[in-house]
Amino acid sequence: MSSEPLLRLENVGKRFGGMTVLHEQSFSLAPGEILGLVGPNGSGKTTTINVISGVHPADEGRVLFEGREIQGLPIFRIARLGINRSFQVPKCFRGMRVRENVEVAATFARRGAADIEAILAETGLASHADDIAGSLTVNQQKMLDLARALATNPRLLLVDEIGAGLNPAELGGIATLLKGLAARGIALIVVEHLLDFLNRVTDRVIVLGAGRMLFEGSLAAASKDPDVVAAFIGG
Amino acid sequence: MRKPPAWRGPVLVLVALAAIFAVAPRLYSNESVLFTMMTFMALAQGLNLLYGFTGYLPFGYVGFFGTGAYATSLLVTFTSLPVIAAVLLGGLAAVVVGLILGPLFRLSGPYFSIANLAASQIIYNVVANEALKPITGGPYGIKIEHVYAPTASYVTMLAILLAATALAAYFRRSRFGLGLRAMHQDPISASLAGVDIVRERLIAWLASAAIAGLAGGAYAWNLSVFYPEAVFTLQISVFAIVFALFGGVGTVIGPLLGAALLYAFYAGIGVSAPQYFELLYGLLIVLLVLFLPNGLASLLTRRKVDVL
Repeated sequence: MSSEPLLRLENVGKRFGGMTVLHEQSFSLAPGEILGLVGPNGSGKTTTINVISGVHPADEGRVLFEGREIQGLPIFRIARLGINRSFQVPKCFRGMRVRENVEVAATFARRGAADIEAILAETGLASHADDIAGSLTVNQQKMLDLARALATNPRLLLVDEIGAGLNPAELGGIATLLKGLAARGIALIVVEHLLDFLNRVTDRVIVLGAGRMLFEGSLAAASKDPDVVAAFIGG
Repeated sequence: MRKPPAWRGPVLVLVALAAIFAVAPRLYSNESVLFTMMTFMALAQGLNLLYGFTGYLPFGYVGFFGTGAYATSLLVTFTSLPVIAAVLLGGLAAVVVGLILGPLFRLSGPYFSIANLAASQIIYNVVANEALKPITGGPYGIKIEHVYAPTASYVTMLAILLAATALAAYFRRSRFGLGLRAMHQDPISASLAGVDIVRERLIAWLASAAIAGLAGGAYAWNLSVFYPEAVFTLQISVFAIVFALFGGVGTVIGPLLGAALLYAFYAGIGVSAPQYFELLYGLLIVLLVLFLPNGLASLLTRRKVDVL
């Protein structure tokens, strides 16, 4: 069996104009692992998944997926390799029906047949399949983002603040869903502010502050780390 | 109830179009009006291929039309090719111009539209340049009256209109069209769904250019003597845009209906009573923007009718 991790970042950096928003990020992820990304607003969490998914290509360093360099590839090629994501502000095809949103991904991703009905059921959207996506609530649109991503049969799923605005029962459902995906071998990077939720789904977190990796380890240990405490509450 | 096959709607529209314009010259003697109506229907449909399915509005769409007209005329003048081959190559010339202008897609929204408009004016100013008089006729225009053939050019324009409509039906109902619709709504999510948006957009752009180029070639053949302004006037772009919007972009029947109705209106009173025409035309557009921003076709889609 290969010891190559599914995803590896090596000294990845990202700048916007004169501002460096990611500094030398290096970490790796194994198949079926759930990694949490936490940090204050502006710490680089979403930029990290933007870099991995190709939305904002890295300016420095290497991003390797299954041993292959992917930085600089167009988004659709990265998606066809098996990396997909959801968005903090959902970006579904608002004028299309819910089922069509999922069909687009199942049709174009070229990663084998996807069971659209099963995905809709899994994400709680089966009863909305014929609704226009723009008529869904924001939380349902987030689930549709996830459903669109799942229809590409991803090996790595990047989930950006899916828990915001959900009640405890809904959060419980999402936690079960994400753990179920990991049990199928899908690796996940979960960006989240809700630490209780993260504690339920992740084994390992990376804490970011001002674009730098401050800590890597368990969430419980992170809360005792002086750098992490300083990043969150000042000091 | 069994769902009708996907090809039935497009075939019905194509057969109806062919039948109407095959019979119309027997019922209405002014064939020139019918020819120009088909020209604008083809242009509105060609513009729809880009704007209706990708959201990129080409203000300089007339540049492809003029390119097709001049390429066809020059081939007729300087080679012994059959005119129909010259028309086809006129379409190809527009595709080549489309490829050259491909980098315009780095721009979006009004920036794309204005850059496209500027590109069309560059082509016009090159063609109409006095220094090119021995080749293009410069500002004095070009003559190919030795091949004047109103019936053959009429049939050719009908074929181009049918081709544009078949392409729109393909965009509306195919896997390719599904990708275009997704890209139109959210290019990043479409890319994440695996859609190669650069390739899809380029294909839509070149198909749109080809239709305008072919229509320009057939138009030049029908006119046979024309000044550069006749095939590069911005009014052609404006008409194609307004006609397509009036009928409803992103559909197959919308641009056809919009162009047929508004051009009939123009031909009816635009020449005989231009002052009333301008007033009524303006009023129609204001009413459209206020009450039917998605065009006539939305009257049906609002009632959940599956419009082709």
